[in-house]
Amino acid sequence: MSVIERTRPVQETAVREPRITDQHGRRIRVWELVLRYALLLIVLAITVGPFVWQLSTSLKGPTEDIYSSPPTFLPEHPTLHNYKRVADTIPVWDYAFNSLKVASANVVTNCVGSALAGYALARLRYRGRRVATLVFILAMLVPVEGIIIAQFTTMRELGLNNTLIGVVLPGCIGAMNVLLMRNAFLNLPYEIEEAAYVDGANVWQRFLRIALPSVKGTLAVVAIFAFMGAWDDFLWPLIVLSDPSKFTLTIGLNYLHGTFANDERLVAAGTVIAVAPLIALFACLQRYFFRGVGEGAVKG
Amino acid sequence: MALSTVSRVRRQLPTSPWLFAAPGLLITGAFILYPFGSTLVNAFTDRRTLIPGHFVGFANFRELWHDEMFWTGLRNSTLYIVGVVPALVVLPLLLALLVQKNIPGITFFRSAFYTPVVASIVVVGLIWVWLLDERGLVNSLLETIGVGRIGFLSDQWLLLFSAMAVTVWKGLGYYMIIYLAALAGVPRELHEAASVDGAGAVRRFFTVTVPAVRSTMVLVGALSSVAAFKVFSEVYLMAGPSGGPAGEDTTLVMLVQRTGTGLTGRVGYASALSVVVFVVTVMLMLLVLRADRKEDS
Repeated sequence: MSVIERTRPVQETAVREPRITDQHGRRIRVWELVLRYALLLIVLAITVGPFVWQLSTSLKGPTEDIYSSPPTFLPEHPTLHNYKRVADTIPVWDYAFNSLKVASANVVTNCVGSALAGYALARLRYRGRRVATLVFILAMLVPVEGIIIAQFTTMRELGLNNTLIGVVLPGCIGAMNVLLMRNAFLNLPYEIEEAAYVDGANVWQRFLRIALPSVKGTLAVVAIFAFMGAWDDFLWPLIVLSDPSKFTLTIGLNYLHGTFANDERLVAAGTVIAVAPLIALFACLQRYFFRGVGEGAVKG
Repeated sequence: MALSTVSRVRRQLPTSPWLFAAPGLLITGAFILYPFGSTLVNAFTDRRTLIPGHFVGFANFRELWHDEMFWTGLRNSTLYIVGVVPALVVLPLLLALLVQKNIPGITFFRSAFYTPVVASIVVVGLIWVWLLDERGLVNSLLETIGVGRIGFLSDQWLLLFSAMAVTVWKGLGYYMIIYLAALAGVPRELHEAASVDGAGAVRRFFTVTVPAVRSTMVLVGALSSVAAFKVFSEVYLMAGPSGGPAGEDTTLVMLVQRTGTGLTGRVGYASALSVVVFVVTVMLMLLVLRADRKEDS
């Protein structure tokens, strides 16, 4: 039996159904729609469910059974008690502030540094430009995990281990960001800058007034991924920071987990504190996140 | 005329280009390329964190060859590729097909599926440690439906498998977006022609969708296999710093971190391990690129 025989009559009845169409303006059959939503809800439970469960655990009071079988999904008496306990156990707000400092610094340095270098690679003509481009391409291909010990010894030599500056420095102008900015500048038409040149604008004026405002979108992508990368990073801060007063949130959480592993409510509250700001950021700036994945994947 | 203006624009101010590129080159040189070079050099020394060290030839590599922990690490990191990559090539593609059609509420679902990507790996690791705990949610559910409790985090192999599942879970949304971009470029006519010819959804998937996004599948395979080989955080968080029962879940990068850091860190030996990480990473990339070229010709 062919597909056409099976689907034709259904399509005709679908005319009377609400007009739900796909991206090409074609109607979607009702059974297909039901199936799609069912699958979407299953995947939703798998991808977002764990976060909700963590939130629920963090809101359950000390007397509530969190191990019950079958499990109870909603806390009977929601309480913020566990969040207070996290703050009593580790200086969680100091850690959050450290993370914020590291992430903000990473945003500023990456935006400024990669815009400048990207402009040089794309627009300015000078000897050695190809070599400079190659340097960034090679740097992008070096697996960070493979040089992390040497980065650590370099930081020791500079006396910057166990400082937040040491956490920021190695990634503060990412090679991939430089190449992303280079591509963005290359995609701008020359003619506008030509006109500005004829009008007597120097290289700084052309960069600041003409080129930079035209690549705001890419700059936003660089900023967001710089923030997320620094806020979420684990391996490098774990290696470079040893003094608990300098910990970032991820390292603090690892410490909390290592010391109070059996106190699930406490760890749950800590993870919620760490993840909530990023989920909020993501909710506000979704389209830049998605653009970043596309651009990073194609050019990276 | 336009051309000559262009070259004049670019030729102006001979010193400033280096000023523009200097911060980027400086950081990249000092914290990526110099450490890369010194890793290659240190691999042939017995340097320690506080002791400069001497040239020892291939001694580190000879030691590595007889180090059981090295082979455990290499095995686990390799197994990680085998376990994670097929899932990360196929599942996000299916997910992309599921969220591709613009039905009401679909942007909500797309964003929701991306949430695990945004969360820190530490948060993700700890969430799953609790979910897969002996008394956690997954085991409560398994007991409720009569399967009984499973020690996901106490058995060596189950632990590694659980960590792989977490890696896949965290990566789904990321690769889904890459596939969505690729699917947007597939001409609709191809699907229509196939369905006029009587091809069902499954056949259209294999005859239209897969060939159209094949190069993206290769890209995803390359990205995910390099990432899988360098796995650290998931296993570190779920199995603990020592790598599970008797260290049997240690991965190569965990071994690098364990041997090379701290005041007694064996920088020379950890660098030799790092060189292995480089070599395998480069080989993986070449392998995938060659596979892509072969299929093209």
